Amino acid sequence: MFNLEVSDPAKLLFSKDDSLRILEQLITIRKFEEKSIELYKSGLMGGSLHGYIGQEAVAVGVCSQLNKDDYLTVTYRSRGQAIAKGASIEKLFAEMMGKVDGYCKGKGGPMHITDLEIGFLGANGIVGAGIPIATGAAFSAKKKGTSQVSVTFFGDGATNQGVFHEALNLASIWKLPVVFVCENNLYSEMSPIADMVPNEHLAERALAYHIPAVIVDGNDVEAVCKVAQEAIERARNNGGPTFIEAKTYRQQGHMFGDAETYRTKEEVNEWKKKDPIQLFTNKQIELGYITDELVEQLSHEIELKVEKAYQFALNSEQPNYDEIFTDVF
Amino acid sequence: MTRQITYAEAINEALDEILRDDESVFLLGEDIGHYGGVFKVTKGLYDKFGGDRVIDTPISESGFIGLGIGAAMTGLKPVIEIMWIDFTLVAIDQILNQAAKFSYMSGGQSKVPLVIRTQGGGGRGNGAQHSQSLEGLFAQFPGVKVVCPSTPYDVKGLLKSSVAENCPVIFIEHKMLYNTKGEVPEEDYSIPLGKADIKRKGSDVTIVSLSRMVQFSLNAAKELEKEGIDAEIIDLRSLAPLDIETVIESVKRTNRIVVVHEAHTTFGWGAEIVSRVQQDAFDYLDGPIIRVGAEDVPIPYNLELEKEVLPQVKDIVKAVKEALYIEVK
Ligand SMILES: Cc1ncc(C[n+]2csc(CCOP(=O)(O)OP(=O)(O)O)c2C)c(N)n1
Ligand SMILES: [Mg+2]
Repeated sequence: MFNLEVSDPAKLLFSKDDSLRILEQLITIRKFEEKSIELYKSGLMGGSLHGYIGQEAVAVGVCSQLNKDDYLTVTYRSRGQAIAKGASIEKLFAEMMGKVDGYCKGKGGPMHITDLEIGFLGANGIVGAGIPIATGAAFSAKKKGTSQVSVTFFGDGATNQGVFHEALNLASIWKLPVVFVCENNLYSEMSPIADMVPNEHLAERALAYHIPAVIVDGNDVEAVCKVAQEAIERARNNGGPTFIEAKTYRQQGHMFGDAETYRTKEEVNEWKKKDPIQLFTNKQIELGYITDELVEQLSHEIELKVEKAYQFALNSEQPNYDEIFTDVF
Repeated sequence: MTRQITYAEAINEALDEILRDDESVFLLGEDIGHYGGVFKVTKGLYDKFGGDRVIDTPISESGFIGLGIGAAMTGLKPVIEIMWIDFTLVAIDQILNQAAKFSYMSGGQSKVPLVIRTQGGGGRGNGAQHSQSLEGLFAQFPGVKVVCPSTPYDVKGLLKSSVAENCPVIFIEHKMLYNTKGEVPEEDYSIPLGKADIKRKGSDVTIVSLSRMVQFSLNAAKELEKEGIDAEIIDLRSLAPLDIETVIESVKRTNRIVVVHEAHTTFGWGAEIVSRVQQDAFDYLDGPIIRVGAEDVPIPYNLELEKEVLPQVKDIVKAVKEALYIEVK
């Protein structure tokens, strides 16, 4: 019923420069995520840290195809999407530290990052809850006759939530410009999705609502770009919603500190061999577009940028107590 | 110029004017279009404004409230009808975890100007899942306003203000009030949220209530008048914002207070009023504060049993006598 969409190993999908920019984005997210672990370990942030390492190609692949004013709703696991959509890493770190320069003045935290300037309507702590909200933003775009598209990212587990089904049906009957991006990382929290859903492919669920669905290798950034581009174009041209199932894997636990007793080291190692950044780097090197040295230099520059942003956040002030009572309504 | 119209007609007029005056407003709900709503509140609006502004939805309360939130965040003003307040419980995540919290969590970036119109209360033998008074539940959550109008005049003026708010408003109509008539001016007007209305001036006791219980309290006042007791009736009109000042001011004059609501007595919002009054007007009280509310059982179907469970005029009369030490429990 479905083909797994992959890229052509023999050639780049985009120009040399654009490909390098995509790699830069991937590495930025990776470095940001690595730094976030350090942040968490230092006890500088509250709550839990839900990491994105291993899934970066999904965020970058989709967001690289969006305009600044296109809408996005995401989950608690979403600094990657924020960065890919153009968020400031300074403000991201600051929000994670609960500082006044954070996106939400320290009142939202990592699970509630919002940046309306880039259409980032909000991360969500409730599984599945952002799906109808993105559908509503698509409703707005359609009603106002703008050509904006709305995208919602969610996990495999979220497809077992009622609102997922309600929103897909609404998007379908009203032909809304929304793209449903399901990041199937094989686990919903500590439960294998295979135990929780009878379907082999979650994309099948979209077909029940007459929504065109594709399955893509979520660790192949070019393949994600390609299916996202098609879906976004369909939405922009009044062709209605699309469902993308990106098969991927989170290389670390559900949250920092997860004992990961539900999966084997071998399984994790197998997936690490399919690391999205490594795959795309190797491809560009093999095709002769970039060199090891260039990648090393790029990584180093990004590391410095991330470090600088981190320092900015460290030096940011705590919010004033007055902030407790603002923004309630 | 004023004329007599029903509560339902007053809501219909308000919606008509709102749709006429503000392009960004649209109505969403089950059977509200063609059919005009099961209580006929949206009658004629579909024909007048078309299916793009008065939209019939699938039976997906979470889904279309979520959609409304997304639309509200991106520049539209949805007015959603939830056919029975009992069904808001199906969508409580979207209302209370999402709509109520976006402004705060985003540090004031996201606003959700969404009105949820619904109807509650008993009196029609609709049974336990179609007769609830849930205003107190919503009022417990910072981030939503809760409005409960009691007359045709109030319902129109308060609805117009509710739609002008830049935050979620739960607008709770009462099924038994739809056919009640009252004076409503032909001229445009609105009533600000958070201003209680003294529906009857009196000097011996303050009766605080809202929605259908206002009329019951007025009827009780008539009975009491025969016995020489002069009751002041305060219609709170909204629980959030709560105009406690008007209540305190009144108690300072009457020195006695009874709180009447159709919600269950235990943990009902009456307790909040009691607490505030004893705190702010302790020295003015000459007797115990009495609460009148529904018995703590699900609302029974049988009309006689239902009557027994819900507060009646005689219960209010009795409570006033208790508050005045005329009748001792
Ligand atoms: C409604 C709800 N139920 C449960 C949780 C707790 N929880 C947080 S993440 C998660 C797993 C979600 O899995 P999935 O959708 O696959 O996303 P992933 O974490 O893998 O990215 C659960 C159960 C929650 N946040 N919200
Ligand atoms: Mg998952």
